[in-house]
Amino acid sequence: MNLLDPQGPVAAANSTILVDSVFIMLAIVVPTIIAILAFAFWFRASNTKARFQPDFVYSGRVEMVVWAIPALTVILLGGVAWIGSHQLDPAAPVPGTGSPVRIQAVSLDWKWLFIYPDQRIATVNTLTVPAGAELNFQLTSSSVMNTFFIPQLGSMIYTMNGMVTKLNLRADNEGKLQGLSAHFSGDGFPDMMFDVNVISPLAFPDWVATTAKSDAVLNEESYTKLMQQGIETGRPTYRLDDPRLFDLISTQHIPPGPGPQLTSEAGRSQSGGRDAR
Amino acid sequence: MLGKLDWSAIPFDQPIPLIAGAVVLVAILAVLIWVVVKGHLPYLWHEWITSVDHKRIGVMYILLASVMLLRGGSDAIMMRIQQAVAFQSQGYLPPEHYNQIFSAHGTIMIFFVAMPFVIGLMNLIVPLQLGVRDVAFPTLNSVGFWLTATGALLVNLSLVIGEFARTGWLAFPPLSELSYSPGVGVDYYAWSLQISGVGTLVAGINLVTTVLKLRTRGMNYLRMPMFCWTTLASNLLIVAAFPILTATLAMLLLDRYLGFHFFTNEAGGNVMMFMNLIWAWGHPEVYILVLPAFGIFSEVVSTFSGKALFGYRSMVLATMAICVISFMVWLHHFFTMGAGPDVNAIFGIASMIIAIPTGVKIYNWLFTMYGGRIRFATPMLWSVGFMVTFIIGGLTGVLVAVPPADFMLHNSMFLVAHFHNVIIGGVLFGAFAGFEYWFPKAFGFRLDERWGKLAFWFTFLGFYVTFIPLYIAGMLGMTRRMQHYDVAAWRPWMLVAAVGMAVLTIGVICQVVQIVVSIRNREALRDRTGDPWDGRSLEWATSSPPPVFNFAFNPDVRGEDAYWDMKAHAKQQQLEHDRPEYQDIEMPRNSPTGFVCAFFATIMGFALIWHIWWMVILGGIGAFATFVVFAWRDHDEYVIPAEEVARIDRINIEERRRLVSMAGAV
Repeated sequence: MNLLDPQGPVAAANSTILVDSVFIMLAIVVPTIIAILAFAFWFRASNTKARFQPDFVYSGRVEMVVWAIPALTVILLGGVAWIGSHQLDPAAPVPGTGSPVRIQAVSLDWKWLFIYPDQRIATVNTLTVPAGAELNFQLTSSSVMNTFFIPQLGSMIYTMNGMVTKLNLRADNEGKLQGLSAHFSGDGFPDMMFDVNVISPLAFPDWVATTAKSDAVLNEESYTKLMQQGIETGRPTYRLDDPRLFDLISTQHIPPGPGPQLTSEAGRSQSGGRDAR
Repeated sequence: MLGKLDWSAIPFDQPIPLIAGAVVLVAILAVLIWVVVKGHLPYLWHEWITSVDHKRIGVMYILLASVMLLRGGSDAIMMRIQQAVAFQSQGYLPPEHYNQIFSAHGTIMIFFVAMPFVIGLMNLIVPLQLGVRDVAFPTLNSVGFWLTATGALLVNLSLVIGEFARTGWLAFPPLSELSYSPGVGVDYYAWSLQISGVGTLVAGINLVTTVLKLRTRGMNYLRMPMFCWTTLASNLLIVAAFPILTATLAMLLLDRYLGFHFFTNEAGGNVMMFMNLIWAWGHPEVYILVLPAFGIFSEVVSTFSGKALFGYRSMVLATMAICVISFMVWLHHFFTMGAGPDVNAIFGIASMIIAIPTGVKIYNWLFTMYGGRIRFATPMLWSVGFMVTFIIGGLTGVLVAVPPADFMLHNSMFLVAHFHNVIIGGVLFGAFAGFEYWFPKAFGFRLDERWGKLAFWFTFLGFYVTFIPLYIAGMLGMTRRMQHYDVAAWRPWMLVAAVGMAVLTIGVICQVVQIVVSIRNREALRDRTGDPWDGRSLEWATSSPPPVFNFAFNPDVRGEDAYWDMKAHAKQQQLEHDRPEYQDIEMPRNSPTGFVCAFFATIMGFALIWHIWWMVILGGIGAFATFVVFAWRDHDEYVIPAEEVARIDRINIEERRRLVSMAGAV
């Protein structure tokens, strides 16, 4: 999950900006740290060779320089930020080969549901995508906030109930990556890791066909069961009944997930912590 | 009768909080019994609990902060151990416990360690630096302190009665809404902060008024010590920002108690509204904490370099610039919500702009050292350590202000490392520098230098060993608040961080030992002159500890570095100028208002958390009645007769004469 080992263009651009910004700043930070240590050492009271200048308390030139150095750095970095924000906006298109794959991600308590509306399939905690194709994500949450993040593909984004966020990514190399939720969402939060299988564009239709033969069907009813709090250790797959399921979730036609179910004996204020284990 | 409260609220099945709670309870009881048996109770009551003396209140704030630092620190140790062991396992802390710990750690460290520490130092020193006898509203000052203590008490109560929030230190909805957090944890969180927030707000109003309205003769704005300027800026931010926090939490509480829908998923509530509001407070809060620290470093660097602060006016400008701009950057805390490129870019650039005045400050401290004669006493070590550490924190801060970089680093361990880098490296180092620097002023004896330096080096090294690994873990994609994880690449860094935590702990232990050793050797460390560091500002012009009235005569200020000037003149003339006739001094009377008010506020807060409505009414009436009684008071001042003032002042002058003559002899 190394950020400096990007597997797609978005992550590559993000980490380039990250590294460049660090080096731009190091150019002034390192000399400043050296100056601090050098001044502190040289002007120590016991050093008789250092000239004591108690009246050196103002210098127009020095003032100009000390305002100018950070200002110039910030102008440079501000340019990086402005251009970077526009080019790497999560919703900006990321052209790829072949037709884009639409994926609708829903963060549940505490698992990820990935709906492929065009392929009429859905998966939990595993995301399978063809290499090189543009991936158009639409994201929402069944209950509390989460953040969708595949470190080696770049750009995380929030998932929020009743709202849809957009994110475009591309995975360039076949292989296995990992994704996670980057926003704390309750007791089962650390188990919201998911696998990302980047497969060849030729194998993708086969995978879709296999998955579509799944016995399990995802519809409103099975979704309502799925969104109950709990940790999913398996990697279930579904045939998608209604391709508009995501819209029903994001527009709250299916009400938000219920959160922890209080049992009657639970006079003490526990909330779902037990099932997390 | 008791609302939601019954025996099940006490976590008999969880040994860690229960044992911790029991130990603390026994310790408190032991101290109480000792105090009563030894007959110290009247002393405590008259000299401390009901005191409205800004110095005493400042000391109590710092004591509160120190105790809570130990609590927040134990949370930190538990978290580091958990993340070191919870690799492909559940570790030793179940999620519901771990999640409370990181929430409590953040809440405690910000609200009950950093805040009271800096407010305490400001309370203690600012009136002395301004050359005045007290703050603008002495009794309100006491109320502010005791309400803060109430908040701290409620947070600690949650350890053994019920639970604390499991939502993170900012309690983001919808997770913090009733449907997802039905327990009392979020209520403990919200009511503690509401009550202590009132305390912080009145402290802010008090200190702003003090700086604006109470300055001694000749103390123009541009002659004020830098610490007074940063105090002004910081408290202006408190006055402007804390009402936002209060309003935001009030909305969350309305959601939870009365079924409102400000931030719920249903009925048109908007989660992002909470995010915006809480960070509209939260970002200025960062500067509320760090600006006073900047002030402390300015005082320390200048004093120990034997020079006036370089570029004083530039520093004033930078301080006020930070004060204003800090209100315009809150959105950088959630670039990843998908707001669009223009919004992200503008807030990113605004955030970077703050780095300009901050950078200027670093350079001005640098040039204050240039041409100085630097004495490396403990406060100066903390200051140099701060400068180096804070620049690194600034670098990573500007980095996460670049939106595309933040898209990778948001909420990661990298971010955790960044804000610890600026809060430990900035605020905590500043608080420790101020503590070491002003301790002799507050108590009349110096702290042991050897243990102080050990504490610095262990803390300094421990900081790097703990947080550099967290930076790296963040670069490896590790996100924050993980109770357990399966990624092998993160493991070694978590182990190193745990080692760092151990080193940091040794630093804290050294700090405690330093205080104990210093108290035992206090006669040898006694500061008789009131000016142990060859200081430059007016707090050093009076004795250590200062008399209750601070100054027998309000000093007459003729330039920057007021006391330095006075000393220069006194040395030239070989004696201090003749004193005019001593006069009676009127000082505010002690008042139990603050303590009684906080007592009722505690009852009310506890009752609100547990839905014990009759008790809420009782506490509310009690707190209100306290105010009414105070408002109807007839006598609020007492007179210190001129002879007494003269007697106290002559001792001080005698000591100072000896200092001057000794300096003259050299």
